Amino acid sequence: MSRGLTVDRLRVVLGGHPVLRDVSFEVRPGEVVGLLGRNGAGKTTLLRVVTRAITPDGGEVRVGEMPVARLARRELARAVAIVPQETTVPFPFRAGELVLMGRAPHQPLFGFETRSDVERARAAMNRMGIGDLADRSVFELSGGERQLAVFARALVQEPEIMLLDEPTAFLDLRHRIDVLRAVREFAAAGGAALVVSHDLSLAARICDRLVLLGDGEVIAQGPAAEVLSEEVLARAFAVRADILRAPDGAPVVVPRLS
Amino acid sequence: MKVLTPARVGAVLLTLLALLAGSALLGLVVGPSALSPEAVVAALFEDRAGTAGDIVWRVRLPRIALAALVGASLASSGVIFQALLRNPLADPFVLGVSGGAALGGIVVLSLGGALGLGYAAVPPAAFAGCLLTTAVLYAVAGVRGHVSSTNLLLTGVVFNAFASAAIVFLASLAGLTDGARIFLWLIGNLSVSRIDVAIWVALFLALGLGASICLARSLNLLALGDEAAGQLGVPVEWHRRVLLLATSLMVGAAVSVAGLVGFVGLIIPHLLRLVLGPDHRLLVPAAALGGAAFLVVCDTVARSVLGGRELPVGAITAIVGGPLFLFLLRRHQQRVFAP
Repeated sequence: MSRGLTVDRLRVVLGGHPVLRDVSFEVRPGEVVGLLGRNGAGKTTLLRVVTRAITPDGGEVRVGEMPVARLARRELARAVAIVPQETTVPFPFRAGELVLMGRAPHQPLFGFETRSDVERARAAMNRMGIGDLADRSVFELSGGERQLAVFARALVQEPEIMLLDEPTAFLDLRHRIDVLRAVREFAAAGGAALVVSHDLSLAARICDRLVLLGDGEVIAQGPAAEVLSEEVLARAFAVRADILRAPDGAPVVVPRLS
Repeated sequence: MKVLTPARVGAVLLTLLALLAGSALLGLVVGPSALSPEAVVAALFEDRAGTAGDIVWRVRLPRIALAALVGASLASSGVIFQALLRNPLADPFVLGVSGGAALGGIVVLSLGGALGLGYAAVPPAAFAGCLLTTAVLYAVAGVRGHVSSTNLLLTGVVFNAFASAAIVFLASLAGLTDGARIFLWLIGNLSVSRIDVAIWVALFLALGLGASICLARSLNLLALGDEAAGQLGVPVEWHRRVLLLATSLMVGAAVSVAGLVGFVGLIIPHLLRLVLGPDHRLLVPAAALGGAAFLVVCDTVARSVLGGRELPVGAITAIVGGPLFLFLLRRHQQRVFAP
């Protein structure tokens, strides 16, 4: 069971420019939250603060009650997994090896994978539909297949909180749905997921709540139907858009050209 | 799903150990005075006293041992540099780290007399030279853990040129008039090596290799990048420091014995990665054994191919390694631009 993620009055300054000014929101256990905003709004920066790649200039991020700054690296890795936008691998590791690396925070410093590690990796790869690619070099995988492998790696990390940065950018519709369904399953099992996305309609469909960032601040947060309004989209993205309704009531965002 | 097992590691390392033993035997047999394999075996295990015993125990075996230590140090350092810098072209020689070690060594050789430092101070000085060069390399070529190939290679080339010049300058200043010796130091050779530093070299290698093998799993993760490694629970900064310390120990040891032997850290890791895959838990120890066997063979060629006269072993490794480097550079660029 996840302890959930709390972003509390987060402030980050990069190169003299405030990237995040005063950002607060929560991702509760069992919840999928979408993090939206235009390029440069600070979405990726926020994820990097959670994984401690960046130290904030103010505020903090907590896993449950525990500030991430106080967690040991390995503890943090057992609590939080991230699927980054892009993964570059300079050596020809096999896809299975890449997935097994997700077990690292559960393993001793030196040693070999146990049978249960391998079982978990195999299950995760099958879950993502890439079970038959396990022995292929990552150099031979397509960008999408590699992204699925990285997602499987995050699954075998067995985190409480999963961060996804544009997880579906390189994926076709089928694999997109596979990933998003896996995210929902992760949340249904008690995990907390934070998904950065530019696909507003898809985010609206899979997320319980949306957080919309603009100029380093939270412009709006709440259920998709409330957040995705013409007025808010105009503020966040400086575009005019029509908000349609899918038959099930989910908002569908169609930007206008003028 | 194929996974690395202790059995596989054991089988590969035993095979490489057999290869090393074979190359050592070759090195014992080949030389100016022809010894038959039987005579070598007899001298090894039965009669140490005769002429054959002298040749085997006093001449060839120490030389082989040094070649093996140097090869092991350079090849495993190559593997570690390649993983840390995420660049298959990294090699202690190409990066200029060997040059830094040689500079450290020559400082002691040329000025050490005045300071009361003996030959035993050469390995520690070479180690210090390595550490400094590595620091410079990271400071100049690296931006937040990401080091571009171009920056890296340019820095290496420039640093090598600088180190060579400084070595010649220092040597002249100190009146080390033995030009041939300096030349051999610059191109890398084992013919003037002194066996009394072997114990240092062995110690440095054992420490460096031991630490690297312990952190081999972290190396796998560090090869994915600092952020990915940190996110998977690796304490990036301190593991990197330990690993750079380990490479400095090994390169310092190798250079203080043999001077600038180039490309071993490029050739062996690359070949082994092709055959064994990139898992560093296997690759690091395999590179040590493979590098040892490779340099023993190269040195045997170096001292026998011209009959009575010796070639520096560095000439052999450079002749093999130079073209391979260019080939890898081309392939690597293709991969970078068209992933």
